[in-house]
Amino acid sequence: MNNTILSTENLKTFYVLEVQGEQKVVKAVNEINLDIRENEIYGIAGESGCGKSTLLKALAAVIEPPLRLIDGSVFYHVDGKKIDVTQIPDEPMRRLRWDYVSYVPQGSMSALNPVKRLKDTYEDFISSHVAGKSRGEALQLARQHIVELGLPPQIMDAYPHQLSGGMRQRVTIALAALLEPQIIIADEPTTALDVVVQRGVVQLLREIQQRLENTIILVTHDMGIHANVADRIGIMYAGRMVEEAPTDTIFREPLHPYTQYLINSLPKFGDKTPRESVPGSPPSLTDLPTGCAFHPRCPFVMDICRQEIPEYKNVKPNHKVACWLVEEKSYGKAA
Amino acid sequence: MQLFKDLWQDYRFKWSFTILCGLMIFASLSFFSPYDPTLWHEVPRDLPPSAEYYLGTESRGIDIFWMSTFAVRNSVIVALIAGIVSRLITVPVALIAGYKGGSTDRVLMFISDSFLVIPLFLILVMLTLLVRDKMNLITLGILLALFGWAWDARVIRSEVLTLRERGFTYTAILSGTGTFRMAMNEYMPFITPLVFATLINVMSWAIGLEITLSILGLTNLDIPTLGTMIFWALSYQAVLLGYWWWIATPVVLSIFLFVSLYWLSVSISEYLDPRSRIQRVGA
Amino acid sequence: MERLLEVDQLTKVFSLGSITSKIKITATDNVTFDMKPGEIFTLAGESGCGKTTTAKMVLGFEEPTSGTIMHQGKVQGNNEKVWFTEGVQAIFQDPFSTFNPLRTVDRYFFETVDNFGLADNKKDAIRLIDEKLRAVGLTYEEFAGKYPSEFSGGQLQRVSIARALLTDPTLLIADEPVSMVDASLRMSIVNLFKKLRDEFGMSVLYITHDLATAYYVSDRIAVMFRGNIIEMGSVEQVLMEPKHPYTQLLRESIPEADPDSRWKEKVNLSETEEQEYLRTGCRFAGRCPEVMDICKGVVPPDLLVNGVLVKCHLYQEQTADRQLVDVEMQS
Repeated sequence: MNNTILSTENLKTFYVLEVQGEQKVVKAVNEINLDIRENEIYGIAGESGCGKSTLLKALAAVIEPPLRLIDGSVFYHVDGKKIDVTQIPDEPMRRLRWDYVSYVPQGSMSALNPVKRLKDTYEDFISSHVAGKSRGEALQLARQHIVELGLPPQIMDAYPHQLSGGMRQRVTIALAALLEPQIIIADEPTTALDVVVQRGVVQLLREIQQRLENTIILVTHDMGIHANVADRIGIMYAGRMVEEAPTDTIFREPLHPYTQYLINSLPKFGDKTPRESVPGSPPSLTDLPTGCAFHPRCPFVMDICRQEIPEYKNVKPNHKVACWLVEEKSYGKAA
Repeated sequence: MQLFKDLWQDYRFKWSFTILCGLMIFASLSFFSPYDPTLWHEVPRDLPPSAEYYLGTESRGIDIFWMSTFAVRNSVIVALIAGIVSRLITVPVALIAGYKGGSTDRVLMFISDSFLVIPLFLILVMLTLLVRDKMNLITLGILLALFGWAWDARVIRSEVLTLRERGFTYTAILSGTGTFRMAMNEYMPFITPLVFATLINVMSWAIGLEITLSILGLTNLDIPTLGTMIFWALSYQAVLLGYWWWIATPVVLSIFLFVSLYWLSVSISEYLDPRSRIQRVGA
Repeated sequence: MERLLEVDQLTKVFSLGSITSKIKITATDNVTFDMKPGEIFTLAGESGCGKTTTAKMVLGFEEPTSGTIMHQGKVQGNNEKVWFTEGVQAIFQDPFSTFNPLRTVDRYFFETVDNFGLADNKKDAIRLIDEKLRAVGLTYEEFAGKYPSEFSGGQLQRVSIARALLTDPTLLIADEPVSMVDASLRMSIVNLFKKLRDEFGMSVLYITHDLATAYYVSDRIAVMFRGNIIEMGSVEQVLMEPKHPYTQLLRESIPEADPDSRWKEKVNLSETEEQEYLRTGCRFAGRCPEVMDICKGVVPPDLLVNGVLVKCHLYQEQTADRQLVDVEMQS
């Protein structure tokens, strides 16, 4: 097993909003414990509104109002030292960013400067983060990088609007990987992309990971993408982690009813038997149900589920679940 | 009522609304004025403020307090006329140009742009000189309206252009809604804050322009307005002679009027802005 | 059997560019297909293939450059507006932009009822609306008086379908209805289409780039690429035994929720959309793994292979090199 590179302990970050004089608290990240290792692709899956984007923001240490850190910490394990990034001041954090961890937010393909050619954006980027490179050297570095990743070199001279959405997304990811960061955090990199282009983006991420042997944390609601690229998957629901295991295990032996639903709700080729989505809708993060947040939608709900939150712990080596069914050792029912 | 309570939360609205209410009450006192503001030598001249003459008197023997109630009333009337009449022109022009597009759009925008590039001040000066004797509050208001509609036409038109491409336009068409009903039901909620904000801006602009024209002596100087008061004060050398109460009153009142109109406009349009409304809706 | 929808040689050409340099992009190129009552027909392809443009023309929102569209035997024109809108309804990709965020959603329902005279009084109107809402799994109580932001994306999309059902249309055009919905929630919407077909005899023109849901729900499918239909037939044949290299590429690129069927080869994405549109000959020639010389110069003919229409030079020898004039599809 590899060393840990990023971990969280009882992380709680909520949005505290004021709407018309009333305070609303959105419990987006609610006591999360993660342990992410070197040289792996870690996928985080869950429906829209479960808090996964907020979790990524917290992991990238971008906790700004109205998002507040309520409890817990995020640790980066740099050169053998464990740094609590929620506590360090701005300047050391800035140096850590892009060098150690690189964050690709959702919809970031629109974040490229529309009035600059790509090569200028790359040059700016390199010169502001790597000292001592002339413009020419920076450009060389950028071109080389692009070609290595399988992108056509002529796009460097183009403006963002001249490229398709998929191409822009891949360029943004390439930019994120430019300084060879230890961790790349990507939020829904494949949403709104066509299926062939999606494949291109995902393959690019895999290529980068294999080349740099670093860690990629990938968030998407599409289990199909996770199946194709993730080494381990964490399932998130209503601000909490509910299951985590290596990819093969998650698909062969999903223990949490929600995970089972997520997998079974995807259509399979050659199989026209009727399928169902997860019934009901995700709970509002400002008004969570009592006990286990999934209980209103769970087909195997028991009394205890309504009253107490199940603990998130190892039921087998490398397999964590938060479910009373498993606690009661009656998970045979759920399969 | 809920609307008012929400707006009241904003300090700018609170202050501006209070001040404007105060000014309106002040203006309505004009109906109780013991003096006719167009008559000179009603009271002793050039007296500073006292218990009898609250804001003092001016060189023409007119009580300043009662005069200024008329002044505020008339300036606001001019502003309202200018604002409302110009909206009556702008909104249909913008809606039609934005929705129809094509040559209708080009023709209407050509007309609108023509009004924009005309040297406003010179034309106004010329026109006011020509019609000075027949000028009253209403004609002044309409004149200002004719020059105040063009700018905002483009602003509102661009809002309509974006709305036309929104998904709900198609939904309305599929629901069988005709063009006119669609504009009223679908687009007006987005356009109303713009209309309101620009209305208040035009009112502010109209008051300012009226003051400018009056100081230059171009309007009917017998009608008491904020501008004509300043004109008379200046022509009687009130500043040099130290009759500060005569020049200060219209200036201070104008400042209050401008600032509160601005704050009102800003606070209401922020409240009505679809982006903040969407956040509040269904909360 | 009268065909519900007949699209014949439908072509739409857009001119892009400024006064000095104009390019003509043929968004749809002689697209021909038809639909029967009570079937779900998918028009599949990636963005930029012309499927949305086709949908807009079928709905009357765009004027075709050439070609004809016929609904139940009547040619599409301006004089049949009410009959047309009653019979043909649509839902779109983004449920949140489908409704005005500043108005309650039920207003659209009442407006539809009013405009088409579907009920005599408010009570009957509510009853009708409730009936349609129940058909999509919602009730009037949980829907009345709410604004779009109070619903989730999946719910709002179902509300959208309910509104489309008010006039009892025979044809529902669904333009990318599940693209913006979470993968795990797509079933609930797509299952609805099946229900509409089975219980109400409606036909659905399902436009999507998600071949997995297309396989699951449709009867027949046409795959489009850069304005042309390159393969068309029963969904079983086209998706389980794809003939055109592009269909094969699409089929393979779908991320399946099964770690055993991961993507094996890497995909090549080097040409831009514009370049592909402007090719003479087959537009896929730039990235086709089985490209031949003839592909680069000559537009492939429409060939019928085992009941499936394929637009590809590869199958030239298998058929007697015929141009198809009229295709009667058996599903």
